[in-house]
Amino acid sequence: MIDLLGGEKIHLTADDPEVFAAQLFRWDQDSEWFRLLDSDPPRLFSEKKVKEFLEKDLEKEITHELFFTIRTREDDRLIGFIGLFDLIMHQGDALVAIALGERESWGHGYGTDAMRVMLGYAFSELNLRKVGLIVFEYNPRAIRSYEKAGFVLEGRVRGAILREGRRWDWLYMGILREEWLIKQAAVTVSES
Amino acid sequence: MSIDTQLFEGKLIRLAPINHDRDPEVESRWTHDLTLMRSLSRQPAIPLSIAQMKKKYEATEKEVEESKRLFHFTIRGREDDRLLGFTRIEGIEWTHGTCSLKLAIGDPIERNKGYGSEAMALMLRYAFHELNLYRVSAVVGEDNPAGIRFFLRHGFVEEVRRRKSLLRDGQTYDLLYLGLLRDEWLAGKEKIHHD
Repeated sequence: MIDLLGGEKIHLTADDPEVFAAQLFRWDQDSEWFRLLDSDPPRLFSEKKVKEFLEKDLEKEITHELFFTIRTREDDRLIGFIGLFDLIMHQGDALVAIALGERESWGHGYGTDAMRVMLGYAFSELNLRKVGLIVFEYNPRAIRSYEKAGFVLEGRVRGAILREGRRWDWLYMGILREEWLIKQAAVTVSES
Repeated sequence: MSIDTQLFEGKLIRLAPINHDRDPEVESRWTHDLTLMRSLSRQPAIPLSIAQMKKKYEATEKEVEESKRLFHFTIRGREDDRLLGFTRIEGIEWTHGTCSLKLAIGDPIERNKGYGSEAMALMLRYAFHELNLYRVSAVVGEDNPAGIRFFLRHGFVEEVRRRKSLLRDGQTYDLLYLGLLRDEWLAGKEKIHHD
């Protein structure tokens, strides 16, 4: 059996809306976390409402959007989520988004591992040619992490965010399948 | 400019509401134009029947009413009220003052007559002076050089190249994101004033 969604430190899972909502509605109250992830103003929905949103998401066509929860291998703790959106299967293109809601889980390499697994899934199972992402200018930690993963800067949407009285850019980054394959080969060589 | 400025009236064209009786037949024909469909969306080009087009118009007006993030207008000839195209401002993020703009002149015969440019000028004025937005974005495929030229002519700046995001006819193309800031638009108008 090939464990396509299993990494070294984490694995990607499908969790029931009730289980996911219990954590997500808490994370949504961490405004710094929310603003790193989302340009929408945070609204503080109830656990019940968040569960309804997640249930509605299940009805969405997986051809447009596909999200997984991230659980640690060590103690099966639900620490965040990762997924593809703006997924255009016939074009082989999508955007990826990752968010670790549990702050204690930051800095342990969980995000890096989850991204590696997600890209593997995107390129090997969904046969995508290209994966992109949007990251905000005020999130340098994420930008560094994406650069390490092999994403290349593709441009900046100028002043797209107005927060705390000043304007910030959206950065678009992207990785092509051929670039990811080279990166995989390089990792294999360095491990042998 | 004052409150009695007509936001929707140009010299050749006007921005107008959807006409549910006359428009579905015209736009249904446009959906059979692969090149046009590709210039407007990355979803697979699928032609729509008149009935499907009617439903789409109803869904559009519902979305305009409920989402508060979309403004959709038809482009019509001043003389005969003929449907020439459509234009919309969508994906508005009000707290940031941003949006995305789309514009199409449906029949190739009606292009290069100045209709698109007039509609664009009206839309930008609407975006910056009525919706009070900070920036307008446009998404254009590298396989649509006429579209890219059109936006550049109106002051848009290339900001992002999503490399090889498009695959069409067996070839990959970049997806370009262009942007126009309010200050740039104002400076552009100043220049026109002085010329």
